[in-house]
Amino acid sequence: MTDAHADGSKYYVPHGSPWPIVAAVALFSLMLGAVLYLDGAASAWVLLPGPLLLAFMFAGWFSTVVGENQHGAFHFREDRSFRMSMMWFIFSEVMFFAAFFGALFYTRMFAIPWLGGEGAKAMTNFLLWPHYEATWPTNGPGHVGGEHFGIMNPMGIPALNTLILLTSGLTVTIAHHALRAGRRRMLTVFLALTFILGFTFVGMQMHEYGEAYTHLNLRLTTGIYGSTFFMLTGFHGLHVTIGAIMLLVIWVRVLRGHFTPERHFAFEAVAWYWHFVDVVWLCLYVFVYWL
Amino acid sequence: MAESHATAVHAEHDHKPHGWRRWVFATNHKDIGTMYLILSGFMFFVGGTAAMAIRAQLFKSGMKLFDPAMFNSLTTMHGLIMIFGAIMPSWVGLANWMIPLQVGAPDMALPRLNNLSFWILPFAFCLLIGSFFVPGGAPAGGWTMYPPLLQQFGASFPMLIFAIHLMGISSILGAINVVVTIMNLRAPGMSLLRMPLFVWTWLITAYLLIAVMPVLAGAVTMQLTDHFFGTSFFNAAGGGDPVLFMHVFWFFGHPEVYILILPAFGVISEIIPTFSRKPLFGYEAMVYATASIAFLSFIVWGHHMFTVGMPVAAQLFFMLSTMLIAVPTGVKVFNWVATMWRGSLSFEPPMLFAVAFLFLFSIGGFSGLMLALVPADYQYHGTYFVVAHFHYVLVPGAVFAIMGAVYYWLPKWTGRMYDMSLAKWHFWLSVIFVNVLFFPMHFLGLAGMPRRIPDYAPQFTDWNMVASIGGFIFGASQLLFPYIIWKCVRSGKPVEANSPWDGAHGLEWELPSPAPYHSWQTPPSAAVLAHGAEH
Repeated sequence: MTDAHADGSKYYVPHGSPWPIVAAVALFSLMLGAVLYLDGAASAWVLLPGPLLLAFMFAGWFSTVVGENQHGAFHFREDRSFRMSMMWFIFSEVMFFAAFFGALFYTRMFAIPWLGGEGAKAMTNFLLWPHYEATWPTNGPGHVGGEHFGIMNPMGIPALNTLILLTSGLTVTIAHHALRAGRRRMLTVFLALTFILGFTFVGMQMHEYGEAYTHLNLRLTTGIYGSTFFMLTGFHGLHVTIGAIMLLVIWVRVLRGHFTPERHFAFEAVAWYWHFVDVVWLCLYVFVYWL
Repeated sequence: MAESHATAVHAEHDHKPHGWRRWVFATNHKDIGTMYLILSGFMFFVGGTAAMAIRAQLFKSGMKLFDPAMFNSLTTMHGLIMIFGAIMPSWVGLANWMIPLQVGAPDMALPRLNNLSFWILPFAFCLLIGSFFVPGGAPAGGWTMYPPLLQQFGASFPMLIFAIHLMGISSILGAINVVVTIMNLRAPGMSLLRMPLFVWTWLITAYLLIAVMPVLAGAVTMQLTDHFFGTSFFNAAGGGDPVLFMHVFWFFGHPEVYILILPAFGVISEIIPTFSRKPLFGYEAMVYATASIAFLSFIVWGHHMFTVGMPVAAQLFFMLSTMLIAVPTGVKVFNWVATMWRGSLSFEPPMLFAVAFLFLFSIGGFSGLMLALVPADYQYHGTYFVVAHFHYVLVPGAVFAIMGAVYYWLPKWTGRMYDMSLAKWHFWLSVIFVNVLFFPMHFLGLAGMPRRIPDYAPQFTDWNMVASIGGFIFGASQLLFPYIIWKCVRSGKPVEANSPWDGAHGLEWELPSPAPYHSWQTPPSAAVLAHGAEH
């Protein structure tokens, strides 16, 4: 089941785990549910089994791994495998956001000026979209989603949200230092503060979405501005939610005394993830809300 | 359990789980590798069936075997199945089998994740192939999935999108596993520049996968929201641009074609030294060339869309960056030839496939250079010349390398030797008829025959007929491949030595054949490492 390392420890190779196949079935249920719902073949209830199975799988798989860890199955090598895989996972997430940022930059830098007749595209404007002037924000020459729409004031809730997320980045770092110094009380308080700030951020975002839909006529369907705004902030909000849930789980594990000042990979992984959503937000704040 | 690697097989120590649990709950890299290879072989024949149907329809002008929508579905699904179902999983299967053996690791670094990467795929392929059976039929907009054409298809549209998502998740998890195994579980003393080239090329491939599969996920997600939730990413009236999809797709798509071919470079770099009985010429240059190709793959995507109306400056940039790729590729081809130069050559089936790869992949590379030229591409774009080009790099390129790899390592996996003369039959039938199949497509393309059409003008009939005949014989001769493997597993002559190839070197040949269920429980010693490297 294990093998010897150069340092005398063994590399842990688990045998016969049921969780991966549960995960595969859960993902399939999620996707199949979405297909059936979107094709109008079933009501919204069909969306339910996927997430439930997924939650069951995460609970089961992670508690197996946590249990193995508590029984001392993992050493330096396993720890390094986990660290590397978390880093590359976060990198893949960065590339996912890059696709949407790419869409934003491409439309702002090229597509919209061309619709307005810039450079060699004068005839595009003249023949296809006369009277359209390239501006930003825009919902395009066809005014998709209505003639007028407003945008979020970047100095309002978004600025506050920036402050909240940056503060949460600070509190999670303080919690990490407290963990390494063995100061458990400080650790629990600052980690709790971090996920509370995270959930607060999500709450503010939802409030902001409500404002956009009811007062600003800014919706997902509001041309390219609404598309990029809601897809970028929406996927980010989803990641903040996931990250805050991860922080909550880590907090419970802290209360159970799972981590030592030397060994606390799960804590660090979640902290990395949290800094990643933080950095994505800074890019969002600058390029989506501000500029 | 710490048995010595040098001893013979200890089946009684192997603790193989029995029954269905062994496969469904698998964490063993060899079991998972085997499942990957079997699944990809199955998908190769599913995609091949679509190809046979395409060639039957194109046998002569005016054939009406399929209605045009069905024909377009067949070309679309043939592409998607061969890329995501046949070639990519077979590389992951080979990685699973060989990387732990080659770097001296006890297994993949994350065995449970490895199981998940595999088991996502059968479900994904159910969604993909299932789309044939829903109202409106399978997607028919081409494997590149351009909007708005793709969005005109019925119930199959979300099936395709979510199948892509599942395959993407599988690829990303598999690639993370490969990176971590290579970076963390190498035997002590195996520094990066002592790794076998198959390991190197797979490491670079895995980086490409992690970088671009999420971008594809983003691109198809935008299609999904455009179709169902009213976003305007690819809708000019809303300020979007269908060309945006092409940019995002090909930012994924060009690294993707190197994902399909870089492990092939690794395999060829293993096979040629073995059967030339010489060390690989210019090992380090090979590593750096692979890395350069991977880097360049991120800045050449525009050459897939020269005719879309992009600014001249962008066309020039993409043309020149594309032609730059010829330099590291040339380094590789030169080094392979230099490895054979004055070698003690022998032509067992793996070497035959490798030599055919050298010639035929180079033809595909040269036609790629022609396509990189903007003014010439205006003529070639969207014709059968493009079809000829990418089939030359993918069939006698990637697929031949996969077959060569199987013939090279099959004795290691099974402990038995396959029927050599039957394998040579397989090779010669393949190499002759792959050219009969694809070479005429160059002429058809230059003469102006467009791709993705269910019928054509009568003057194209002759070469299409030749191509179809080549296709049918090539396709039929592939049936030899599973038969040879099955025969080898059932009744092949046992291989006594660790290596059936006298010129082979590398850690995998230090293990007994068949490789024990658990190998390198203890990392190979410095002496074994040195022995494996020298030979």
